[in-house]
Amino acid sequence: MNVTRDFTGRPRVHNPGLPPGQYDAGDDWPVLSAEVTPELSPADWTFRVDGLVAEPRTWDWDEAHTLPESAYEGDIHCVTSWSKFGVRFAGVSLDAFLAAVRPDAAATHAVAYSHTGYTTNLPLADLTGGRAWIAWEYDGKPLPAEHGGPARLLVPHLYFWKSAKWIAGLRLLDHDEPGFWEQNGYHARGNPWEEQRYSGD
Amino acid sequence: MTDTFTPPTRFAVPGRIPVSNRAAALWQTATLTEIRRETPRAATFRFAVPAWAGHLPGQHLMLRLTAGDGYTAQRHYSIASAPDDSGHIELTLDHVAGGEVSGWFHSVARPGDRVEVRGPLSGFFAWPGDRPALLIGAGSGVVPLMSMVRHHRSRGLGTPLRLLVSARTPEDLIYAREYGPETTPVFTRRAPEGVPVGRLSQAHLTPLLTDPPTDGWEAYVCGSNAFAEHASRLLVAAGQPVSRIRIERFG
Ligand SMILES: Cc1cc2nc3c(=O)[nH]c(=O)nc-3n(C[C@H](O)[C@H](O)[C@H](O)COP(=O)(O)OP(=O)(O)OC[C@H]3O[C@@H](n4cnc5c(N)ncnc54)[C@H](O)[C@@H]3O)c2cc1C
Repeated sequence: MNVTRDFTGRPRVHNPGLPPGQYDAGDDWPVLSAEVTPELSPADWTFRVDGLVAEPRTWDWDEAHTLPESAYEGDIHCVTSWSKFGVRFAGVSLDAFLAAVRPDAAATHAVAYSHTGYTTNLPLADLTGGRAWIAWEYDGKPLPAEHGGPARLLVPHLYFWKSAKWIAGLRLLDHDEPGFWEQNGYHARGNPWEEQRYSGD
Repeated sequence: MTDTFTPPTRFAVPGRIPVSNRAAALWQTATLTEIRRETPRAATFRFAVPAWAGHLPGQHLMLRLTAGDGYTAQRHYSIASAPDDSGHIELTLDHVAGGEVSGWFHSVARPGDRVEVRGPLSGFFAWPGDRPALLIGAGSGVVPLMSMVRHHRSRGLGTPLRLLVSARTPEDLIYAREYGPETTPVFTRRAPEGVPVGRLSQAHLTPLLTDPPTDGWEAYVCGSNAFAEHASRLLVAAGQPVSRIRIERFG
């Protein structure tokens, strides 16, 4: 251990919900996208699931809203070290979208891509079983554009760069394919509890 | 299935520069060798990092402080120095009120102290010096842009380069002594005699974007999120393609 001289840090409140190396950002919700915030209206938003599926499909805003609503209340963790507790999102579980397209047995991974061209890769197992959403509400209000509105992917058990803002689609693959930050040195999976920040962690 | 695909969208993320994943995975000891005051609120910290793999102007690193009980605090910092400063890197930190890491640097740190760093990280905001660059920063957001300016200068590059830097007052302008004709400072609260006070506006960008270099500018915007939103909207309104705007938000 490389102790830093005279560094004590803030008083620690033991918080079992805080993954290693993270701090509680409180009411702050930092914005960390690398691109210009798109002016994407709900009328222009679409969401497509294709690749290794029986029936590729594109939903528009109204069609996506006919699916059963599903909410997430819990924590989110950003690789830049902040975590945010007890946040509330609402949208639709990804399971509902995937059920409609019927993934092939060979599909193991997905690449999520945004309306800005951003990509991120995920094991399919991280997107199923009630662990991922397409979210369009935050705290009872429409999701703000700078946080990915009108709709973003939400995979709260992984670092937040996996929760692609301005989500446009998912392509199911039979192999893993690094996305934007993953090609820039970030970890392929990004589990905050195992501190999978960078490739090699 | 092909290896890559292009999303069928009109907002395209600009091309990337590959970075070394091996360097990003390793924590290295950085020994503080010098502290230079820049403004009342910002100082530059120079470190010896003998095995530093090098970086491109614009990249950042992760810095970690460790307390006696094993508690760690880690934050991202842009690299201020040019790549040719071999075996050394410089960071410029704003003193954030109540800040855990910047507070330690501004109140405790002295030459000889050791911290840990890993990086460089992210090739997205990097500028290798190849394309005309229009740099727009505010506050400590000028740090990665200064690495680009220094690189441009030390290598004597002929590539067009312009820097617009926003600060509250002349005293708050980081690296004030180092700017040359490539730089236009913008003062939001108080300016020297004869210089207008006000925020970055279309008037600053119009001349640059109506008369761009051949093949246009690669724009780099860095600062707080509020500044990044403001500056990137101005750029888009002035005709800069969204696919050629890179943004680094300090949070
Ligand atoms: C890619 C990137 C590059 C960056 N480059 C630079 C750079 O070149 N220079 C630079 O100066 N900054 C840079 N930053 C910002 C930097 O990472 C830090 O956010 C900044 O230095 C503040 O960290 P801190 O530990 O001093 O403050 P923090 O401890 O994180 O505090 C920040 C604010 O939150 C409050 N706060 C947070 N938690 C608590 C708590 N538990 N109790 C009380 N108050 C709290 C503090 O009072 C303070 O106002 C960069 C950020 C990114 C993402």
